[in-house]
Amino acid sequence: MMADFDYLFFIEVLVGGLLSGVMYSLVAIGFVLIYKTSGVLNFAQGAMLLFAALTFVSLVERGVPFALAFAITFAAMVAIGIAIERTVLRPLTNKPPITLFMATLGLSYILEGAAQLIWGTQVHGLDLGIEDLPLEIGGVFISQFDIFAAAVAAGMVLLLSLFFRYTRIGLSFRAVADDQFAALAVGLRLPLIWTTVWAAAGLVALVAGLLWGARLGVQFSLSLVVLKALPVLVLGGFDSILGAIVGGLLIGASEKLAEVYIGGYFGGGIETWFAYVVALAFLLIRPAGLFGQKLVERV
Amino acid sequence: MSALATEFTVAPTLPKWAAPVLVLIIAYGVVPFVGTSYLFEAILLPFLALSLAGLGLNILTGYAGQLSLGSAAFMAAGAFAAYNFNLRVEGLPLVGSIILSGLVAAGIGIVFGLPSLRLRGFYLAVSTLAAQFFVQWALTKFSWFSNNSSSGVIDAPTLSIGGIVFSGAAGRYLFSLTIVTVITFLAYRLVISQTGRNFIAVRDNETAARIIGVPVLRTKLLAFAISSFIIGVAGVLWAFAYLRTVEPAGFNLDRSFQILFIIIIGGLASIRGAFFGAALIVVFPLVLARLGSFLLGDIFDSGVLDMSQRIVLGALIILFLILEPDGLVSLWDRIRRRLGSALRLTRR
Amino acid sequence: MSMANYAFEVSQTSAYAPEILEGLSSAERRDDAASAPVRDESDLSTGLALEDINLSFGGVVALAGVDLSIKAGEIRAIIGPNGAGKSSLINVISGVYRPERGHVVLNGVRYAQVPTQKLAHLGVARTFQNLALFKGLSVLDNVVAGRAHTVRSSFAGQIVGTPLSRRERRDSYDRAIQILDFLHLGGVRDRLAGTLPYGLQKRVELARALVAEPRLLLLDEPMAGMTATEKSEMASFIRAARDRFGMTVVLIEHDVGVVMELSDRIAVLDYGLKIADATPAEIRSDQRVIDAYLGVVSENEDGGGI
Repeated sequence: MMADFDYLFFIEVLVGGLLSGVMYSLVAIGFVLIYKTSGVLNFAQGAMLLFAALTFVSLVERGVPFALAFAITFAAMVAIGIAIERTVLRPLTNKPPITLFMATLGLSYILEGAAQLIWGTQVHGLDLGIEDLPLEIGGVFISQFDIFAAAVAAGMVLLLSLFFRYTRIGLSFRAVADDQFAALAVGLRLPLIWTTVWAAAGLVALVAGLLWGARLGVQFSLSLVVLKALPVLVLGGFDSILGAIVGGLLIGASEKLAEVYIGGYFGGGIETWFAYVVALAFLLIRPAGLFGQKLVERV
Repeated sequence: MSALATEFTVAPTLPKWAAPVLVLIIAYGVVPFVGTSYLFEAILLPFLALSLAGLGLNILTGYAGQLSLGSAAFMAAGAFAAYNFNLRVEGLPLVGSIILSGLVAAGIGIVFGLPSLRLRGFYLAVSTLAAQFFVQWALTKFSWFSNNSSSGVIDAPTLSIGGIVFSGAAGRYLFSLTIVTVITFLAYRLVISQTGRNFIAVRDNETAARIIGVPVLRTKLLAFAISSFIIGVAGVLWAFAYLRTVEPAGFNLDRSFQILFIIIIGGLASIRGAFFGAALIVVFPLVLARLGSFLLGDIFDSGVLDMSQRIVLGALIILFLILEPDGLVSLWDRIRRRLGSALRLTRR
Repeated sequence: MSMANYAFEVSQTSAYAPEILEGLSSAERRDDAASAPVRDESDLSTGLALEDINLSFGGVVALAGVDLSIKAGEIRAIIGPNGAGKSSLINVISGVYRPERGHVVLNGVRYAQVPTQKLAHLGVARTFQNLALFKGLSVLDNVVAGRAHTVRSSFAGQIVGTPLSRRERRDSYDRAIQILDFLHLGGVRDRLAGTLPYGLQKRVELARALVAEPRLLLLDEPMAGMTATEKSEMASFIRAARDRFGMTVVLIEHDVGVVMELSDRIAVLDYGLKIADATPAEIRSDQRVIDAYLGVVSENEDGGGI
């Protein structure tokens, strides 16, 4: 039995899973940014992703150059982020987190509707100019596009880490994330930080939207990518960028391996729920996730 | 008691049961005779099924404070369980299959409620999505559930209670109305009982609830079970009385969100809230469609309607959360109080 | 959610209220121990005992080897500057925290961690430093909820209205109404608890604890944030409750003046250590207590500890 085990194939599946896991991480990071600063689980992240990809692809189809389309879409995402922060989140300050979550659920309906009302509901192909030919490395075939996407995602993560480590506004972000009350007390300008964070989340949505859009086609179901990111967040903790990365890799790898090796016993198609089961099973052992902090109950 | 206390009693001249009794008299005595089949098919039947689903979710989310994004899964479980009980158990009356299917949904609710013993807030909300995807997957994947029907779409049986057959739109309306009335009454009894108080205690302050002796874990699971039972029965009504077919596709994530929106708009932790919210959710797309085609003519096709419906719905959710967090119910009560005091003034 | 926690942290780190000093300086006013209800000193039935309790959070010691023995029917105050470990002590007694070492002895049974979910059955009720009422329930229902541990009827029985469930319901409402009247809360019983002014909410919490008919009542800063009048009102309610129901009372309070008049004995905590445990009169003249308080006088003049 074990002698028949095809290690090369196993590695191929594993690497494929890890690479798509990086793309899950990228979506999850968009959530973490906002959760860390404002305590909101932004369900609209998926809709933002759809909105960005649809806007970008529609502009390109209308002959706008790639770089300009990127810039315009980015500007639009920043504007949307600021608008959300001003009109939705600010009036709901000090409301329970669940209320804020439901508000972002409403937001995702608005964004999905608006994106498709403006640009139509048909499926758009998105070509980023990367050929999706398998690349052979030591007998293992790996999708070239996956490598590219993972590299871009890794680059984004690096960029965000540098931003938050070395810039003034980034340092303020970390202060707010650590202690909102104290940050307010020493006079950090929270609105500016929130605006920046929403802009950063918009950028993440744009990049993730392009990568996912190139793979799945730009259409409504793109916003469902959010459902792939949620188990990653549960696993990694809503407030940890490192958790989002590791969680994404774990979910990506286990999902692909399960689909290939045990999916057959269930008649296939288990990827819709498998990630959730992994995340849940893990949480039952460690309620705070991989890197989240255990809260001491204060009464 | 103080002036404040009297301000809170809703209708000082009428007893508390007057309004529901009046509604029931109209619902049973007038509507079946004057209603058109459009009214039943397009408005009242979906309204009743969704109200019941909203009521079920309100017990879990509104009263017990456990956010669930998997309601449609419990509706699906109820619908398919009722279909299979009806198909496979000889001589089981329809009411029997409905009760059993509610129990099946309750069982699944307990299983997916188990994480609530360890998880809170968002973590729990996300874990309820597991129920949504797993149940939908299982129902599509295993054709046994749909009796090996090739399309996965199956016809619902005829509705009858104790030999009386409820055929036609008006009949199915009366069938739904009766079930909804009975369950609503029982749910009302529940929320005013010590158990209902325990739900709210767990929601408002779990630690304090545990310390005064509320069995927190049991209470949470009970909320999941009762809520899923009611939502399961709502699924039966949705499939058997409204759609007349049973298929997994209709019980998707959007349906779960729709039920959540019903209780946000109608009013959390309120029995009436589910009905108010469901009424708005059912009626507003119809109004929007009429309004849209009236104002915009041909540009307003079904695609545009769909999208503008999403936008308006999303905006409504946000508006309610910001401006009227207690929902239509509290809006309604305020208007009624205003009218009441205006009437008293004119009488003087 | 984080906001509330942060607010809490900030108040925890601010200095204790300056009233403590006033309380000490006006120490010579009267000797309370003599006027307190006389308890038989030979009666060794302890209501509660703590043995060598140790507790720390991430290396910060909250409680270090605390022993405490409280007689049945006694009112025992625990005082000390902020961060001294007072609230931790209450949380250990009620099982919210598990001590790293040591035991809690309740009704003659030793616990490594008191089982919180059985607390009410063990005859223990408590109030919380930060308000912990059920905001969505009326005042009356909040107090009725305090009878939760006595309910035997099932949810189905309650829906149908079996004789048992109806008897329980009537009984809990009767008792709740009695307690509310006892604490002069009858006029607000139909109000939503969350809409009451702060001082009244504190009193409703006391009512919810009393309705359980505890043998041991733990009060975590029952008078924090109150005006002087409200404080003395609350103190008289606490004493009246003890005199009427005869339970043991353990309470935490910043205002030493109030504590001196109310308590039979006072334990003083400082940095997790018990530095004194005596009658109010003895505490007043205890040099270590005075030093401990003087040692932490801070720049914060408006007083924290709310």
